[in-house]
Amino acid sequence: MEKYRFFRHTADAKFRAFGQTLEEAFAHAALAVASLMWEWKKIAKNIEIAVTADGNDLEQLLVSFLEEVLYLLDTQDFLLGSVDDVRLEKGDKGWRVHALFRGDVRGSGYEIFGDVKAITYNEIIVKDHAPFLVQIVVDI
Amino acid sequence: MELKKINENTWEIPKHGDMKVAAVIYASEKLLTGVRGDKTLHQAKNVACLPGIQRNAYVMPDAHQGYGFPIGGVAAFDLEKGIISPGGVGYDINCGVRLLKTDYSEQDIRDRRKLLLAEIFREVPAGVGKGGTTRLNRRVLEEVCAKGAEWAVANGYGMEDDLKKTEENGRMREADPSLLSQRALERGIPQLGTLGAGNHFLEIQKVAEIFDHDVANVFGIHSMNQIMVMIHCGSRGLGHQVASDYIRLMENKFGTGGLPDRELINAPIRSDLGKRYYKTMSAAVNFAFANRQMIAHWVRHVFHKVMGSSEGMDQVYDVCHNVAKFEKHTIEGNVKEVCIHRKGATRSFGPGREEIPETYRSVGQPVLIPGSMGTASYILVGTDKAEELSFGSTAHGAGRVMSRHEAKRRFRGEKIKQDLEQKGIELRSTSWRGVAEEASQAYKDVDEVVRISHEAGIGRLVAKVVPVGVMKG
Repeated sequence: MEKYRFFRHTADAKFRAFGQTLEEAFAHAALAVASLMWEWKKIAKNIEIAVTADGNDLEQLLVSFLEEVLYLLDTQDFLLGSVDDVRLEKGDKGWRVHALFRGDVRGSGYEIFGDVKAITYNEIIVKDHAPFLVQIVVDI
Repeated sequence: MELKKINENTWEIPKHGDMKVAAVIYASEKLLTGVRGDKTLHQAKNVACLPGIQRNAYVMPDAHQGYGFPIGGVAAFDLEKGIISPGGVGYDINCGVRLLKTDYSEQDIRDRRKLLLAEIFREVPAGVGKGGTTRLNRRVLEEVCAKGAEWAVANGYGMEDDLKKTEENGRMREADPSLLSQRALERGIPQLGTLGAGNHFLEIQKVAEIFDHDVANVFGIHSMNQIMVMIHCGSRGLGHQVASDYIRLMENKFGTGGLPDRELINAPIRSDLGKRYYKTMSAAVNFAFANRQMIAHWVRHVFHKVMGSSEGMDQVYDVCHNVAKFEKHTIEGNVKEVCIHRKGATRSFGPGREEIPETYRSVGQPVLIPGSMGTASYILVGTDKAEELSFGSTAHGAGRVMSRHEAKRRFRGEKIKQDLEQKGIELRSTSWRGVAEEASQAYKDVDEVVRISHEAGIGRLVAKVVPVGVMKG
């Protein structure tokens, strides 16, 4: 199954990520964000980071979740290589997502070829029924 | 969308539907074709619907589709009824440009051009998320965000004169760094004094054409082939985090119902959240001023080391391209303070404005418009007319026409480097693929953008510079 696909967008990058479940679509969306900066397939899985994010609705949840990729890069030099164990929970105050990020620290041998400044709400789509998909425009 | 032609370079989306004012676009037929190809006009119309918007929503000649507000968008809001919006400033708060002059000519540096660029590449940290040489603690970072370039100069990076020649004198006094989130601070600590990647660059340039000798002289641009240095960067992860934080806070407070695009989220200027955004944004603006101040210092250091002297390397100016500010403008015959949003636009104040450094007050402020990688950049001067036509604003760059994804597919970084070398331009970058993304073919024609600015009267041509050495982040 195709994980994600990029679409035409003048200045920024726009993609859709797909999955058998919404959890899987979230995981693929994180890889799509990483793919704009490095080749996630080439990143060794030396480090594990448990990630949690929350949001009032699924759109805010998705944005918060994807922002983790940027936050971990800036603060821990972390390069995402895979996303596992994504769990979505709905509580009284909204949504929460848990996931396990695996990857490595930036260093020799990894080419960083792009910059993602931010995850935006522009043209955001979260489709929480089959076929599951999310759409995001990132500011680059 | 229906457009009314006002004159050769001015178009209007007449007020209709929920629009509170009209939207005015400064573009040639050629530039308009690009603008029509994406959602720019639709986004300008959305901006014209926001509460308290004054006179018109404006679209600059280099505009392209953004998120919420278009890139190349200018809007002013009434202080009582109006709003402030993180989407009207952009994620890269105070992304901007600084220009240093030198008294060297191309001839003087010809033999040492490669070395100069190599040394700059070594001294100025670049690349995505890449940390700088200056590790800070939280307390120092808060001071940086309170004082901006003033902090940098007080700590040995540059000269007092640099501050006078920086928009806001390098410091937004309303900044309150105590409002920065933990995440914003964490992202800022390793990134002060770094160029960053994407479209950010540092160029060694030479003067290729002088359109207005008198004004050029006032700016310190005195001869053809004179060497200049241009620095283009912003507030890095700290600024991006501030934007993301406040979009979320505003969504949680005001909800997203009724907004045609969630990125248009805003808060009343007079609300607690509106005021807090402004103070936090100002802290990020200061971070970016300090950032460019430090990089300028390192550039001078390299010239001193390689050329033997950095004397005469005065700052021409430093401008913000992404910012919200309070400014006085004449609206319907009355002078009124408004909250101006410039997102991908440069302030372009004409002669006499007190915000302009004294040395430039008789001619107008320098407007710095970088081109795309390897193409020309321009120095313009602000005009009185711009204050009437665009709240004293003009274009900020070339503006993209092709996505980075598409550019990466079409171009190869190594080939671009070869082509530039044939044109006598050295290129250093941390990534070939990053170079491909910034291929000049992916951008609008900057020559056309500045021509329209000049003809429409929102920023007058002073000089053209072309690169001899490019460091791409």
